[in-house]
Amino acid sequence: MQPKPVALKVLDVAAIILLAISTYLALVFAPKELVMGDVQRVFYFHIGTAWTALLGFILAAIFSVVYLVNKDLKWDRLQVAAIEVSLIFFLITIVLGSIWARPAWNTWWTWDPRLTTAAVTELIYVAYFMLRQGIDDPDRRARFGAVYALIGGLSAPITFFAIRLFRTIHPVVIGGTNPEADGGFSMTADMRVAFFFALFAFTVIFIDLFWNRIRLGNLQDKVEQLKLKISM
Amino acid sequence: MFFQETTPDTSGYMIAGYAIAFIVMALYVASLYLRARNLNQDVTMLEEMDKPAPPVQTNPARQARKSQTKSAGNKTVKPVTKKTRKNY
Repeated sequence: MQPKPVALKVLDVAAIILLAISTYLALVFAPKELVMGDVQRVFYFHIGTAWTALLGFILAAIFSVVYLVNKDLKWDRLQVAAIEVSLIFFLITIVLGSIWARPAWNTWWTWDPRLTTAAVTELIYVAYFMLRQGIDDPDRRARFGAVYALIGGLSAPITFFAIRLFRTIHPVVIGGTNPEADGGFSMTADMRVAFFFALFAFTVIFIDLFWNRIRLGNLQDKVEQLKLKISM
Repeated sequence: MFFQETTPDTSGYMIAGYAIAFIVMALYVASLYLRARNLNQDVTMLEEMDKPAPPVQTNPARQARKSQTKSAGNKTVKPVTKKTRKNY
């Protein structure tokens, strides 16, 4: 494997530091929300991971289009990397949301439009990896994966707009005035600092993990090529 | 919950949330590391297998002796056919 580039090493360290600062801002710096108490603090990581995950799914759909046009496997590796990291982040989003819902809504889960679309999105991308596992031919796997990720990419904007389009109890914290929402709150200045810092920190963490995952994809490709060369 | 006057103690949920978030991220980073390590081992092994085999080193004295004995008893060996098989 090629040695890690210096820029990636710097990014690794920056990601760890930003995660630590973001945790401090969320747990200590931001004031306690008076109605919900400390559980509201999961909101900072919930939004941070959700934002990057949905962005990653949309990026993957864009990489799919580029792959289908170019037929270059490099774009397939980018697509897989974006989806894998997004899948992990979105899992964190759903788990944190569920933990927040227990004291706020008195239930771990409800089939609200936002929660349903989020669960469907997560399952779509779990199935994406199952689909890829079932195909041996790299070109065929990449082509099927690209078409699937392109169609699956539609679930990301649907999930994002679900709370703005449908009647839902999920709060719309940014730019939303939903009278049906339960558990919404107005952010103070300190809360906004923690919130925007979490968005920034998770964006950097996403880029870092994405880059590391691309390198892993390149290595997987190298192993596959070597195996093919030896078997011939 | 929202009609009560005092702030409820929901710190347990908060701790559980952050613990799960960190555990999931740590597991993912560990999986990236382990997969990269295994693939590196595979690359090293496959590159070894892919190298051309080195030429066989022969002892020149032994080689000369071998060629002498070969020339001394240089008999042509007839292939076994239906005709020659009778003699056996």
